[in-house]
Amino acid sequence: MIAVAMSGGVDSSTAAVLLKEAGEEIVGLSMQLWNQRRVLQGEDEDLKRAGRCCSLDDIWDARRVASHLGMPFYVLNLENEFESTVVSPFVASYLRGETPSPCILCNNDVKFHHLVDKAAGIGADKVATGHYARVRHDESLGRWLLLRGKDRGKDQSYFLFGLTQNQLSKTVFPLGELSKPEVREIARRAGLPTYDKAESQEICFVQGRSYADFVEKYAGTGSEKPGDIVTKEGEVVGSHTGIHKFTVGQRKGHVATGRPQYVVKIEPFENRIVIGNDPELHERRFTIRDSNWIAIENVTEPIRCDVQIRNRFDPQPASVSRSEDGKIVVEFDKPQRAITPGQAAVLYWDDVVVGGGWIERIAVRPERPSVKTL
Amino acid sequence: MMPVFTEHFGNASSIHWFGQQAKTMIDDARSKVAKLINAETSEIVFLSGGTEADNLAIRGIAESQKSRGKHIITSQIEHHAVMHTCKDLEKQGYEVTWIPVSRDGLVDPGNIQRALRPDSILISIMHANNEIGTIQPIEEIGAIAEAADVYFHSDGVQSTGKIPVDVRRLKVDMYSISGHKIHGPKGAGALFIRKGTILKPLMTGGGHERNRRSGTENVAGIVGLGEAARLARLGLSTEMPRVEALRNRLEAGLKARIEMIHVNGEDAPRLPNTSNIMVDFAEGEGLVISLDLKGVAVSTGSACSSGSLEPSHVLTAIGKTPDEAHGSLRLSLSALTTEEDIDYVIHVLPGIVERLRELSPYYKKV
Repeated sequence: MIAVAMSGGVDSSTAAVLLKEAGEEIVGLSMQLWNQRRVLQGEDEDLKRAGRCCSLDDIWDARRVASHLGMPFYVLNLENEFESTVVSPFVASYLRGETPSPCILCNNDVKFHHLVDKAAGIGADKVATGHYARVRHDESLGRWLLLRGKDRGKDQSYFLFGLTQNQLSKTVFPLGELSKPEVREIARRAGLPTYDKAESQEICFVQGRSYADFVEKYAGTGSEKPGDIVTKEGEVVGSHTGIHKFTVGQRKGHVATGRPQYVVKIEPFENRIVIGNDPELHERRFTIRDSNWIAIENVTEPIRCDVQIRNRFDPQPASVSRSEDGKIVVEFDKPQRAITPGQAAVLYWDDVVVGGGWIERIAVRPERPSVKTL
Repeated sequence: MMPVFTEHFGNASSIHWFGQQAKTMIDDARSKVAKLINAETSEIVFLSGGTEADNLAIRGIAESQKSRGKHIITSQIEHHAVMHTCKDLEKQGYEVTWIPVSRDGLVDPGNIQRALRPDSILISIMHANNEIGTIQPIEEIGAIAEAADVYFHSDGVQSTGKIPVDVRRLKVDMYSISGHKIHGPKGAGALFIRKGTILKPLMTGGGHERNRRSGTENVAGIVGLGEAARLARLGLSTEMPRVEALRNRLEAGLKARIEMIHVNGEDAPRLPNTSNIMVDFAEGEGLVISLDLKGVAVSTGSACSSGSLEPSHVLTAIGKTPDEAHGSLRLSLSALTTEEDIDYVIHVLPGIVERLRELSPYYKKV
């Protein structure tokens, strides 16, 4: 039996259609992940209970689809797991000056981790999702591989770099070989009530508000710590009301030199925002933490690959090696704009995901580019 | 019920003959419900279900008696319809004493006696608990309430139709009934209100149901509830002993085949159809889904708590830890349950429990 993770959207619904048409025994599982009452502080309990879950409409849609397909369907409550492994780290990450990527944490630690377990508990040996990615077992390597979805424009392998070999061995991606228009067509043909539903783009739990506003509400009083905006030389050119409101590469209105200025660095300990011009945003080297390897067992010798440092980014050639202190170091062949701590760096060999990790520290730009002192 | 949808379209408040027919059907149902609990026909008010019945009883008395006092006594294991209503009244300035229960889930009438104050206006104690089925000493509490001249409401949603109910003997002033708990339709319920009870209605409007509950009557639902009450009364002596024997067969069969399971409330007087089983080292959600996939519909915690992570307040009140509460199963039987059904559960559950226990990090350590 295969457990299909159903979000209520077209993709996961179509994944269920395809598995059913292939004659698989399927069961639908939806995850109730977030409850808005968790950020409503001090308000009336009854009002909070009335607020309930932000994604309830989606769960209702998922149930309608399951009913349409005549498959058993259940809602799992993973609110506690979601809060501790996604929301709380998301807020902490902003408060230490990073730009987090919560959907990846959700995939790693909620969707795959808990779902694989829950599915096993009800007798399902595999889990299917509506991600545009492919899984393949490579006999010669003796490893499970993760590949980009065939529709390069929709590919979601970047968000899945954290899957372990065990998780990959139990995962099915029925949409991996399809394009979005093909998926919509299958959904329409199958008569799904949701075939023309719009895609969700926002981070589910901050819907309808700004990230900064969410961070402040969640972290409570004291999260808005005012500080300075400085140039690279340390000259104070302005002030800010909290580093969580900034992202590296974001254009900042302060024009000190007559040229456009950007956030080039966020310094959490100094509580400072450093601005500079565009060339100062370009770096070559950075380290990653909490890496996960898929196509290889580990990085021992330096490897060549293409590295993607955010969702919308063309992977660029780089060398990846292990430094003397054990850190994984990524060095692009050419400097790249706005390498952002908190985002994921995913390594590829063509369509194959080698592995990845979380961007940690950006190397200081050498004073004279000709001298390699890194 | 069906003729109400296809032939008898009348509004029971109307003077014309169509309306009179509907009114007759409602009053016929009223007498059947009254008979089930030994009430007078005019003491039955129809409304939307158990929740509304509980709300009308508690809020109605709280409002009508507030000049006398604002103290209410209830238990820690009431249904949400009573519990949340009392919590809401607390916010409005009423004082509520929450009586604890024993490990078997029983209220000690002595605790009710001790909780009484000069400003007490209402005691609300459920007749039988919806999760573990324990039957409370309502008659004794009724005597205490009568002696103290305090109104007494009992939520009888679970007990009606499963054990004999005599509102005169129980000395209750109000008693809640729900249609679908006795195989009647959902969305129909009744409240017994003893003659002479002064209670402010929740709804204002046309003064239906002798000014107790305004709003056009749900004629089909009421007719269905009446018929269900008639059948339930007949089944009390014929069906329920059989159901109880099946329930005992289920519990004995499971205990013999699964290690480390316990029956909650086992030593207390219990409803014949309810079994609440705690399975150590197996997660309730996984148990419920696995059983459902095998065609067996059960619940964990209480049905109204599904979709929530809070452990059942009932199981917490009888001293269970949150983990224990999450590993509990509520199995409900009825007159329609067969011996074959019971044996099927005894056959499939052990394998499911074993599979879930294999996944539990704690089980391996034992």
